Amino acid sequence: MNDITLERRQFLLASGAFVVGFALAPVDALAQQQQAAQPAGAFPLRGVAADNVDSFLVIARNGDVTLYSGKVDLGTGLRAAYGQIVAEELDVPYERVHIIDGDTALTPDQGGTGGSTGIVGGGMQVRQAAATARQALTKMAAQKLSVDAADVTVADGVVRTRDGRAMSYGEVIAGGRFDVKSDAKAPLKNPRDYKYVGKPLQRPDLPAKMTGQHTYVHDLKVPGMLHARIVRPNAIGATLADVDESSIRNIPGARVVRIKDFIAVVAESEWNAVKAARQLRVRWTGGGGLPGSDNVYAMMRNSAPERDEDLIRQGNAAAVLQANAARRHAATYQWPAQSHASMGPSCAVADVKQGQTTIWSASQGTHGARRVLARALNIPEGEMRLIYLDGAGCYGMNGHNDVGADAMLLSKAVGRPVRVQWMREDEHGWDPKGPPQLLDLRAALDENGNIAAWETEAFLPMNTPNLPSRPLLSFVAAGIPQPVGQSVAQVQGNAYPPYDLPNMTAVVHWLKTTPLRPSNLRAPGKLGNCFAVESFMDELAAAAKRDPLEYRLHHLKDERGVAILKRAAEMMNWQSRPSPRTGNANERVALGRAIVYVQYKHVDNRMGLGVEVAVDRQTGKVKVNRVCCAYEAGLMINPDAMRNQVEGNIMQAVSRTLYEETTFDQAKVTSVDWRSYPIVTFPDAPVLEIDMIGSPEDKPLGAGEAASAPVPAAIGNAVFDAIGVRMRRVPLTPARVKAALSGQA
Amino acid sequence: MASVTLRVNGRAQSLDTDDPAMPLLYALRDSLGLHGPKFGCGLGQCGACTVIIDGQAVRSCQVSVSSVQNKAITTLEGLGTPEKLSPVQAAFVAEQAAQCGYCTNGMIMSATALLQKTPRPTEAQVRDALAGNLCRCGTHVRVLKAVMRVAQNGQGGR
Repeated sequence: MNDITLERRQFLLASGAFVVGFALAPVDALAQQQQAAQPAGAFPLRGVAADNVDSFLVIARNGDVTLYSGKVDLGTGLRAAYGQIVAEELDVPYERVHIIDGDTALTPDQGGTGGSTGIVGGGMQVRQAAATARQALTKMAAQKLSVDAADVTVADGVVRTRDGRAMSYGEVIAGGRFDVKSDAKAPLKNPRDYKYVGKPLQRPDLPAKMTGQHTYVHDLKVPGMLHARIVRPNAIGATLADVDESSIRNIPGARVVRIKDFIAVVAESEWNAVKAARQLRVRWTGGGGLPGSDNVYAMMRNSAPERDEDLIRQGNAAAVLQANAARRHAATYQWPAQSHASMGPSCAVADVKQGQTTIWSASQGTHGARRVLARALNIPEGEMRLIYLDGAGCYGMNGHNDVGADAMLLSKAVGRPVRVQWMREDEHGWDPKGPPQLLDLRAALDENGNIAAWETEAFLPMNTPNLPSRPLLSFVAAGIPQPVGQSVAQVQGNAYPPYDLPNMTAVVHWLKTTPLRPSNLRAPGKLGNCFAVESFMDELAAAAKRDPLEYRLHHLKDERGVAILKRAAEMMNWQSRPSPRTGNANERVALGRAIVYVQYKHVDNRMGLGVEVAVDRQTGKVKVNRVCCAYEAGLMINPDAMRNQVEGNIMQAVSRTLYEETTFDQAKVTSVDWRSYPIVTFPDAPVLEIDMIGSPEDKPLGAGEAASAPVPAAIGNAVFDAIGVRMRRVPLTPARVKAALSGQA
Repeated sequence: MASVTLRVNGRAQSLDTDDPAMPLLYALRDSLGLHGPKFGCGLGQCGACTVIIDGQAVRSCQVSVSSVQNKAITTLEGLGTPEKLSPVQAAFVAEQAAQCGYCTNGMIMSATALLQKTPRPTEAQVRDALAGNLCRCGTHVRVLKAVMRVAQNGQGGR
């Protein structure tokens, strides 16, 4: 590749690749959204080793910089942040940086995008590559200008000598390669000199998204493309007994594709595919056998755990609990199965061709998805290309990989490109779910009301060891072999308190299965665990008749944590008194407040979060009026994009706490639309006040998802403060609040 | 095949369909290539497909293509372009009022319809007008700020 003289970027475009890129200057975003013809000939050749600078960065002769990123922007503003990192460390104007993300043929595999690791993980790889590139360019320029590398300066992509000669990056690299490994020791910018990092620059994709000009995966049209819809069984695991293909005979161009129990309809027009899927007469047998969502916690408690794991064991909690039996407290908390509930049902387009299969996908991990899909198709990975296009926000693995598999199987079957978009009931009904959680908590107080011992006993679904990928729906239905098991991410995080307790035990009973196919749903496990732990902390404060803030501060020894919790209290204008409030029994709408403290996964962001709620005693409706959050943000690449993530996480967590539960009967999911699975609406959206605490000298921390973890407990505690009843099961629906008020819960 | 004529963004456009009952959304997206309106639920519950028809915010998944002939249909594309944003679109950019942006069409169209009738709404009126527009990313606060920015300027929907 050394002899390539064409500018690499042009070479890639000229090779016929379908490339979607983003220039960071907003107006350019459209021009850069190249939609060249279908790939003709072989996929473009590009080195994509993740330790190589050339895999990440290409500099054109005109000085344009292209970043090839394996991490993708899932609507989080990652493109802006990565552009800022590159501009900063490479020393080029931000507007000259272009980004191509998630195309398996062009980008290095940086692993999937999720868990708030876009900056902490991928961003730091990008930073290192850019710093290494700057170092290399400086060296190359010095050589070409016959001066010592120490005697040149760099600004805005131009290398200058002391005697006034100058050479642009484009001239320095002259269409060539860096040929260097990413160097962990490459000098980084001094944070004091930051020009781009730390600035709230606007996202490059929004003007096009605000005007209907942006190409989401849902918007992609490929010549010759058919539309498809999947026909789902009437029970999970049911087998197809009979299809009456004549039942859609009156729909022009519609036909049935069947692979074992996988059944779909394809048509030239999308509407005809929708109609055909509705109209097709199908008979299913078997399947089901679910416990039903109301029985799920009993099922979990009664399941024999696959194994137990101690998360922490310090002091002797059991003995102290026994010795303080008079001041012993216990409670059980329940967190339901929830859906990713993406606004846009999952969608993908696939074009399966001999030797060259292309799948356009909104997958959060296109490289990982390619491994799974290529294996199923029994072709080498090199013969498959996944091209990332934006989807609706996914917050973890929703149906994006399932639908890619759907489209792939159908394209192979019909020999044409196929676009599959799920319907709403598919997305709510069949996306992999955040699994239900059950936690038993016990504590004993000493004679002063302080915590003498704490025990957590959690019932959580396990990760199948060494499972290479999550099972996909259509492979199950079509009988395509795939690894069997489940993957739920690190759901045990934050299952014990962040306080300095001498006697503390937390054990997880790992359950082999969970009723609905699980996956990672934003902040996996942490919402449910923090709901339990920080609600129970409040129960103990109330039992000790102590102010909830003072009680937490008394048990919190981490100085930074104390400062952040106090900051949240200041934002709340916290008035010290025990919960619940008194003297409001005659008010129909009772107001309550609460404050909680969480350090995400015990090692990441520290957060103090307070809420104010209004509870209508007659209807049972809980409204969150205000949320205040002191968020330990660390280094903020783009403070506004990060704040947007914190806001969104808080709002989504409010929604998950008050409204959301995936319900199911013995056969399948029954909450399959926005009525049966409501989310927060504009009239009920709380006011958010957020203090992002960090400085350019700090190391980066997770950019957002942590903020969802403290919210559920804060709401539950504020409800307790308002009406004096403890809510231990999410969601806090009006019916449950009313039942609790009348003593039935 | 029936021919249907739609007036979209000020232009009369004809399209052929074998089903006059086809929802307008499919005609806009698939026949006319207008991708501003999005399919969210097909049930009129989420607002992602919102367009403005004769001044009213309407769920384009809930009206048939034949029922809106001779009516003035405006889609997100008809409000502005990246180079020349409408006041509401510009306010959304200024407030960075989106994450994934999939639902944004509905917010902008509903807000525009509101502001055309009520140029200076209160925040409560804005919240009510957007009550049927769902956002999963949780950008509600930014969306409200963006709409109130236009409301305070009294610029209306245009």
